[in-house]
Amino acid sequence: MAILRLNKVRIGAIAVGAVLALGVSACGGGDDDSSSGGGGGDAASSVTIGFMGDLTGENSGIVIPPKQGAQLAIDEYNATNPKTKITLKEYDSQGRPEQATPLAKTAITQDKIVGLIGPAFSGESAQVGPVLEEGKVPSISPSATNAKLAQNGWKYWHRVIANDNVQGAGIATFITNGLGAKKVFVIDDASEYGKPLGQTVKQSVESGGATTSVDSIDAQASDYGSTVNKAKAFAPDAIFFAGYYAQGGKLLKQLREGGVDARFLSGDGSLDAGLAKGAGGKVADGSVIGCPCLIDPAGEASPASKKFADAYKAKFNNDAAIYAAEGYDAATAFITAIKAGNTTAEKINAALSSVDVAGVGKQVKFGSNGEVTATDVFVYEVKGDTLPLLGNAKEAKLG
Amino acid sequence: MKTNESTRERTNGSPTVTNGRPSFAALTPRARDLAGRLPAALRAPGLPLAFPFAVLGLVADLFRDWWGRQTGYVRWAIYGLLIVGALLLPSEQVGGFMSPYSDWAQLLFFPIGGYILLAIGLNVVVGQAGLLDLGYVAFFAIGGYTMAVFGTKFGWSFWEILVLGVLLSALSGVILGAPTLRLRGDYLAIVTLGFGEIIRIAARNTDYIGGPNGISGIPHPPTLSEWTVPESEPFTTLGLAGIAPLKYGALDGRPYYYLMLAAIVVTIIFVKRLESSRVGRAWASIREDEDAAELMGVPTFKFKLAAFAIGAAIGGAAGVIYGSQATSIIPRNYEFIISATILAAVVLGGSGNLPGVMLGAFLVAWIPERIRGLQEYRILVFGGVLVLLMIFRPEGLLPSRRRKAELAEGTGGMGSLGAEVGGPTTHAAAEVGK
Amino acid sequence: MLQGFIDQFWPSTIDGLALGSIYALIALGYTMVYGVLRLINFAHSEIFMIGTFAALATLHGLSLSPVGGFSLVLLVAVLALIAGAVSGGSAVLLEFIAYRPLRRRGASRLAALISAIGASIFLQQLFARVVIPWWFDLPKEKGPLPIQEHFVERSNVIAIGDFVVSIDKFLIFAGAIIMMLALDLLVNRTKLGRGIRATAQDPETAVLMGVNIDRIVTATFAIGGAMAGVAAALFIMRFEETNYFVGFLLGIKAFTAAVLGGIGNLRGALAGGLVLGLIEMYGSSIFGSEWRDVVAFSVLVLVLMFRPTGIFGESLQQARA
Repeated sequence: MAILRLNKVRIGAIAVGAVLALGVSACGGGDDDSSSGGGGGDAASSVTIGFMGDLTGENSGIVIPPKQGAQLAIDEYNATNPKTKITLKEYDSQGRPEQATPLAKTAITQDKIVGLIGPAFSGESAQVGPVLEEGKVPSISPSATNAKLAQNGWKYWHRVIANDNVQGAGIATFITNGLGAKKVFVIDDASEYGKPLGQTVKQSVESGGATTSVDSIDAQASDYGSTVNKAKAFAPDAIFFAGYYAQGGKLLKQLREGGVDARFLSGDGSLDAGLAKGAGGKVADGSVIGCPCLIDPAGEASPASKKFADAYKAKFNNDAAIYAAEGYDAATAFITAIKAGNTTAEKINAALSSVDVAGVGKQVKFGSNGEVTATDVFVYEVKGDTLPLLGNAKEAKLG
Repeated sequence: MKTNESTRERTNGSPTVTNGRPSFAALTPRARDLAGRLPAALRAPGLPLAFPFAVLGLVADLFRDWWGRQTGYVRWAIYGLLIVGALLLPSEQVGGFMSPYSDWAQLLFFPIGGYILLAIGLNVVVGQAGLLDLGYVAFFAIGGYTMAVFGTKFGWSFWEILVLGVLLSALSGVILGAPTLRLRGDYLAIVTLGFGEIIRIAARNTDYIGGPNGISGIPHPPTLSEWTVPESEPFTTLGLAGIAPLKYGALDGRPYYYLMLAAIVVTIIFVKRLESSRVGRAWASIREDEDAAELMGVPTFKFKLAAFAIGAAIGGAAGVIYGSQATSIIPRNYEFIISATILAAVVLGGSGNLPGVMLGAFLVAWIPERIRGLQEYRILVFGGVLVLLMIFRPEGLLPSRRRKAELAEGTGGMGSLGAEVGGPTTHAAAEVGK
Repeated sequence: MLQGFIDQFWPSTIDGLALGSIYALIALGYTMVYGVLRLINFAHSEIFMIGTFAALATLHGLSLSPVGGFSLVLLVAVLALIAGAVSGGSAVLLEFIAYRPLRRRGASRLAALISAIGASIFLQQLFARVVIPWWFDLPKEKGPLPIQEHFVERSNVIAIGDFVVSIDKFLIFAGAIIMMLALDLLVNRTKLGRGIRATAQDPETAVLMGVNIDRIVTATFAIGGAMAGVAAALFIMRFEETNYFVGFLLGIKAFTAAVLGGIGNLRGALAGGLVLGLIEMYGSSIFGSEWRDVVAFSVLVLVLMFRPTGIFGESLQQARA
């Protein structure tokens, strides 16, 4: 997901440093850590892979699941007693670039990681990318969806999730085809995630024949009255909100109170039960959320999905949540490369370009620009506190 | 720097404060005195907390007395030693203690170095001219965006942009200051706060400069020299071997730190010269009593505008250097909290006193990184520390003598809180009085 | 652009007045403390935040089904009382710990400002990391979440074409006016109020005249905090949700409102709040909501250029607190 952090917090900012990842403290004083795999002279019986993202901040709720997914994949792999074991080390960037950059440098120069899962968000990815590039360490993000990231010509950067352009176009297809909406009101949260996604959806539904109007909300504000009034004056068939669930819920509540009854749609940032909670009661029911990710705690999509969902639940005592499958898939890509006997960062990176394995939600295969080749977008419908899968955005219809 | 003159100034500075040198025997009374100002309920638990502050005050006094007695040569030697010490700072041995959780060289560049440069700039406005600026981050942002726009869209080099960024920031300082500097005190504070927000939101809403996504792919400064510190003694022991200090890449933060260090040293020299010039004296007079200054023929508006422009220029320089290292900037990098943090650094260190301000900036940048082990509670602790420091040392950690004198003869109670934004600094003001 | 303004004129006006009323109530706290101590009490936004949590925790404990009409008025009155008491108490405590020692030492206002910023950070984090997870029993790994409690059944008090006033917006506006009148009486007609005014005008003379300054300062913080608490209860009624940084933006806006009206001036705070609320809503309907804050701050700069001490000026003799 393309963010740094959902809400600007005085506190978070004043520190300009991040709360330490739980794991880092556990491995405290990592400089004398012996698990310095890749470059180490001793028999490389173990390598370290990093996980970077917001583990304690505003948006940790959508970063902890992929971390646990990655942990699950690596634990399963280590349990098979392989030649080269993998250690997963956490780097808590709180989603802030200025914290992520020094952590990435520590990870490369001191901890000698051979690969990085993350950074989780796009803002931090943009600043960490050049560091990884110069350090020649491959990364696979489970959740950074900003489309521009793939255009930097980075050779060590990958992601296992389709970008926002793919997502926006997928959701737009559903809006114009699945819903048949003619007037669409697009609201973004003026963040680095919401704005481009909103623009993609706007352009895509316009080319699908719908008329649009746009407005932005301030994520920190509580009162979205001006946006509601604008929506009401426009009288749309559908409203698309590009932003996060914390604001999405409030916005939806105020829209309904203001007498705007158009169907509410949103993207991966709002794919959370918190949306329904924020809107209150059954207000959010019938809203449709799109995501290039597969969330399938019941394991209905495929046997692989079922196996993953059960294992995740057994290990963490929690349903597999957003990006958990992507975290698992990212780790699987690294594991595949390491299994083939690659133990240095550069070799692993070379191996990643030919990885082609079945992941939980999709085929894991990277294009030359680091993008995952699969472009599926799934849509989910809000029902009470649950978000059942409706299906692929291309063919899904509301029941 | 004319050392003779500054010696004279310092000794003349404020003879009232220290009749005789302070001694360590005075420590307990001092601490008791500090704690005694707490509300009754907090007095007993406050006493042990007050001790470190009393020690600090004493050491600072002793050092100041010693410094006042030194000749120019000794002072120059100390300046040299300080710079050598700063050059050695990125050593891994130092980093292991100072920052066990994150890359030390990177932290030294930003936030530590960056905050110090920003604090020096803000100190010109707040500490020297006595104007409360709550939107200082705007100039940091203007510098950063200048770097980003001219680096990516027009292909200018870092050094050209540095000059341009400084000029543009200074210009924006003038544009902000011209209509608002007639306002006093807290009206100015809220207007500057608003200006900082306007700059950030306008950047966020302007598609030409990337909107909320900002600008990425900002070029690094061109490599000046491939020269590398040799892999031999003493550099191996010092942990500095293998650095290419003039080659600016993405991975090694140390060359940027040296760049920032150079900027800080140049800025200090510039600001110090200003302080002991006509401009510095004019600022002091404005700070102490603007009306009187105006009546005495000081063109207050002109000098206030100059303070704003100079402060802005320094903030802009910090922004350009940060932008070139970060390679991508977004409007979120420039939130109000940076202004508040830098202001806290200035006041915490001792508004108006350059070494104090730098110490304050260092602490504000370093403490939250050093206490990463406290995990999510560390910002909580940081907020509490800020309050405690202000309770026990409201004049700042290393205040100037003049400020302490003001406090000593102050009425206490409501007086000072009701007064104008107080500014310290020393000799310049004393000269005006002569 | 202007079409948007015309189309949305009445809804914008009503929303603007409702928002402005909340600004005004919070602004009262800033303006009173400023009037007496010449201090920008940055932590006042956290006093408001504490009030929202006090109201929400009360509702959480009651676990009501949605109420409307007269029982809503009663419920909000109770919430306002509780939130007012908690916020008022917190403000007094804040003054006692973070400002009083500084006053005793004759510290500069700048030092007090930093202490206020520190206290603000501390309180926000205290709620984010300790109080909220403990109070609402939340798992730590989900991060600091917003807290909701849906309890209002909305109905319209007035509905003539576009001119629709729902009960919550009406109550906010009414609440702000009532609190303002009560405060005006308190400051202008009671002995305590006279003490506050005297201290604001000239602390030293006030001391000589037998005013107990510490008592006055405590009372000022208590009253200002209580106003923030009432604002918090009304805010909770309208939005039914809060989080630990809710005070930040509202606080900055409320302070802007106080300056706009003329800081240190009670009626100015009310006027400034309402004007700011309207400007924000009208500005959003013309330029788009993303320019809302830019419009608000630009108007502030313009007003101060022509009236350097705000719309009403600093010392409106009688009303000045």
